[in-house]
Amino acid sequence: MTTVAEPASKALPERAESFTTISGRRIERVYAPDDVAGLDYSRDVADPGRFPYVRGIHETGYRGKLWTMRQFAGFGTPEETNGRYKTLLGAGGTGLSVAFDLPTLMGRDPDHVLSLGEVGKCGVNVTSLADMETLFDGIALGDITTSMTINSPAAMIFAMYLVVAEKQGADWKKLSGTIQNDILKEFIAQKEYIFPPRPSMRIITDIFGFCSREAPKWNTISVSGYHIREAGSTALQELAFTLRDGVEYVQWGVDAGLDVDDFVPRISFFFNAHSDFFEEIAKYRAARSIWAHVMRDRFGAKSDRSWKLRFHSQTAGVSLTAQQPYNNVVRTALQALSAVLGGTNSLHTNSLDEALALPTAEAATLALRTQQIIAHESGVANVVDPLGGSYFVESLTKDMEDGAFAYFDTIDKMGGMVAAIERGFPQKEIAEASYRFQQAVEQKEKTIVGVNAYVQEDEPPIEILYIDERASEKQLAKLERLKKTRKTDQVHRTLDRLRSAARASENLMPPILDAVRAYATIGEMCDALREVWGEYEEVPVI
Amino acid sequence: MKKLRVVIAKPGLDGHDRGAKVIARALRDAGMEVIYTGLRQTPEQIVSAALQEDADVIGLSILSGAHNHIAPRLMELMKEKSLDDVLVVIGGIIPDVDIPKLKAIGVKGVFLPGTPMQEIIDFINVNARERSVR
Repeated sequence: MTTVAEPASKALPERAESFTTISGRRIERVYAPDDVAGLDYSRDVADPGRFPYVRGIHETGYRGKLWTMRQFAGFGTPEETNGRYKTLLGAGGTGLSVAFDLPTLMGRDPDHVLSLGEVGKCGVNVTSLADMETLFDGIALGDITTSMTINSPAAMIFAMYLVVAEKQGADWKKLSGTIQNDILKEFIAQKEYIFPPRPSMRIITDIFGFCSREAPKWNTISVSGYHIREAGSTALQELAFTLRDGVEYVQWGVDAGLDVDDFVPRISFFFNAHSDFFEEIAKYRAARSIWAHVMRDRFGAKSDRSWKLRFHSQTAGVSLTAQQPYNNVVRTALQALSAVLGGTNSLHTNSLDEALALPTAEAATLALRTQQIIAHESGVANVVDPLGGSYFVESLTKDMEDGAFAYFDTIDKMGGMVAAIERGFPQKEIAEASYRFQQAVEQKEKTIVGVNAYVQEDEPPIEILYIDERASEKQLAKLERLKKTRKTDQVHRTLDRLRSAARASENLMPPILDAVRAYATIGEMCDALREVWGEYEEVPVI
Repeated sequence: MKKLRVVIAKPGLDGHDRGAKVIARALRDAGMEVIYTGLRQTPEQIVSAALQEDADVIGLSILSGAHNHIAPRLMELMKEKSLDDVLVVIGGIIPDVDIPKLKAIGVKGVFLPGTPMQEIIDFINVNARERSVR
């Protein structure tokens, strides 16, 4: 569908028979006015800050405020991570982003059999309120914003944060930050689920309801495509499944009796910044348009705050290679640039050593510098949506939008996202795409520098961060002490109340807050709910 | 010739299963009999799966840093059950300094991110032979 003529002769051969994006979507030789002929600028694209926000949610783009450079960090004990946060804040940071370890993410105490070797490895261990008090010791929660990557036990971790804030004398009504709290993508991709889908969705709607009354400035959910992409999906699948997850949360909120404009403005998104430059930019632009239309037309949202999709992005961990790790700096820079050109509201850049370990302080600093160079040296932040009007980018944006709505239809026909997940639909789609990509790499249809081309023997090793077992020993000792000093009867009483609330339909946040105040552990609180709801087990799809 | 039987397992609490699933499928396409255990398997569960399935190979996918706990426990249990001749390979995020330690306890192959599937298939075909012809 292009007005540009085919080359007159085959005298100008091309490198391949056909060209595709990293997601396998076919790309034409050149794009021209015909490719965007169906688009009406003011209706389908519009100026920045205007519905449907293809060109961004702010009129002034980054000329007003640059994106937030929010680097995700956490390791070892709360004491160690508290030290890292104070360094970050001392260097001028205004926001924190907490990475928890796997026992915390899975609602297990450090002494559980499955926590063996995992304590403090992938993030910081937080077992009880005592750890949360240590994590934010000397940090005024009323003055900063904190993002916490926590899903299945989000209500418990959020309750701990609220109680620390309360003890510091901060007003919940003014607290600002984000909990990821996106369980659907856990079932679809990252697999850090505990409870079955339906009770999991209930916790989330309880958090929506609680926050709209008690903590109205808190971002209650960060609907995440990042992990869907890391699991091997295509860009289109990431876009479609993430936004359809968003629709599902809104639908469950509405079904629970909430008013759309009361809770939707506090929903934000989180996307991957992968390697196919223009495809990623089109993905972000399409995401804003889809959300605006769906909120206005499907849910009848009246407030433009409900229509505007805000998103965080992170460069693609899955694209990083252990081979020739310095190449990862370049990959990350290009990925970050695509997120910026796509109008991201905040960004995390990965470190060059992340295919090998958690980042060293030096590697993490270089990753942040990458963002600062894009922001201050490249000039790309000086004009809003500089690629708007590109025949290629506009056409790809439209294709992404259409493709996502086609997935919406399929999922709607299945009865919504929870039902689709129960049937394994998104899981199968992703497993298929992931295997297809791996095959393409194996057959060298897709080139990965340093992996299947330009391979180098005898690479010198680089220095990495090595996390030893001391964190585990310290957290185990602390847990033992805690169990001796807290009031056991109060712990039992609050856990009993949590169980009965779970059996009934009252909002779970108040009983969780009580259990947290009694220093019940994350494992105890999650076990109480496991007793009532059971645990989810997936049928693996390969 | 009898098909090689491979148990692919994801021990620990981590749920990032792209690697485990891709390798499971690649080994199956390469003509092996693949049993994927699913997530969050203890070393005890993995050894019992290997026994039940009469496995020639156990492949572990570990990205979280828990390999220094999981691999020694697994190797110990395998010894107890006289499964010493089962080939054990690990794929995932493994710091260089840990590789000699893993090899010393009997893990034969360690594969980092970006390893071509064919390399893993070839490694298994070469190293798992002896047991399968017993």
